[in-house]
Amino acid sequence: MNINFTLISQAIAFSVFIWFTVKYVWPPLLRAIEERQKTIADGLAAGERGRHELELASQRSSEVLKEAKQRASEIVAQAEKRASEIVEEAKRTAKEEGDRIIVGAKADIEHEMFGAKEVLRQHVAQLAIAGAAKILRREVDAKVHADMLSSIGEDLK
Amino acid sequence: MAAETELTPTSYIEHHLTYLTTQVSEGSFWVLHVDTLVTSIVLGIISLGFIWLIVRRATSGVPSKSQAFVELAVEFIDNEVKNTFHGNRHVLVAPMALTIFVWVLMMNAMDILPIDIMAWITENVLGAHNWKIVPTTDVNTTFALALSVWFLMIFFNIKVKGLGGWMHELFCTPFGKNPFFWILNLLFNFIEYVSKPLSHSLRLFGNIYAGEIIFLLLGMWAATGVSGTIFGAILGAGWAIFHILIVTLQAFIFMMLTVVYISMAHESH
Repeated sequence: MNINFTLISQAIAFSVFIWFTVKYVWPPLLRAIEERQKTIADGLAAGERGRHELELASQRSSEVLKEAKQRASEIVAQAEKRASEIVEEAKRTAKEEGDRIIVGAKADIEHEMFGAKEVLRQHVAQLAIAGAAKILRREVDAKVHADMLSSIGEDLK
Repeated sequence: MAAETELTPTSYIEHHLTYLTTQVSEGSFWVLHVDTLVTSIVLGIISLGFIWLIVRRATSGVPSKSQAFVELAVEFIDNEVKNTFHGNRHVLVAPMALTIFVWVLMMNAMDILPIDIMAWITENVLGAHNWKIVPTTDVNTTFALALSVWFLMIFFNIKVKGLGGWMHELFCTPFGKNPFFWILNLLFNFIEYVSKPLSHSLRLFGNIYAGEIIFLLLGMWAATGVSGTIFGAILGAGWAIFHILIVTLQAFIFMMLTVVYISMAHESH
């Protein structure tokens, strides 16, 4: 328990150590710690921002998806409508074409029938004239009865 | 100890409590405890140098294990200082608290080293017959620290409040401005200013000194025979384990008192 010069030398050593810590030990470490704290804080903020953006993006994507679905169903509906229209139109066209073909065919048939009748009539007239001629060969003078014969032929036409 | 002719309990304890001294000038004050001074400076250089080596290549990215360890200690101290001291602590107070904690912890921790083995080493390696390896069992060390803090306290009192402000505080607190109380206030403040460095230094000194005496007594017991050796060893181990707590606690208390005293000097009443 004797106070002596050791006290003063220890005090000097103490102040040198404090000076050393203040100058060389504390500031770089404090800087490193503070920089890391800032980095961590920035990282956390960025993470928060990213999370927020992700939320927005998913919201947006679901909106886009919904819109696309709606659009797709509209397109499908339109296509169905168009398809039924096409079918209807095709049916109508086919029916018209069929009718036209039928009318044409009927006209052809009539025409043919008319031609056949004409030919038949001529044949009948000739037959009748031939028959009448055979019957009246002797009694009838072709020259005298020519008018009558031609009028009969006219009637038979 | 080999040089001693007769080994008695008294001579044993005396041997361990004797400093290696050198006379720097005439007079009983001008004595230097070489062992205290050299040990404390070597410990300071080792501990602060270790921290400095790590801090020098400190990175703000992912820290190495040693850097994480140093940061753990530094942030612990920084938090303690932050809770007590409300000025800009990075200028002086926090680094000083780190210095005190690390240095005092290292000096205290010398107490845990086996006292007679260390005495053998200092005698045969350093060639010094007397070498006290625990600087904080030297009252000069603890007073040096406490008085340095005390002067800093007065310095900050004057720096923050001005000389007039400090004088006003000395005369007008704690009992009030009334001139009737001036003498009483001054007396109270005088006692406070005297008791601060005394309690500050003697608390540390007393704890570590008592710890060392216990180790010495256990060492003496070990010299009495086989059973004494066994019990001395067991109790010595127990005391050393308990001392880990005391060593750390006293270093922490010394640091905290320093911070509190400096903070009080910054706050006006």
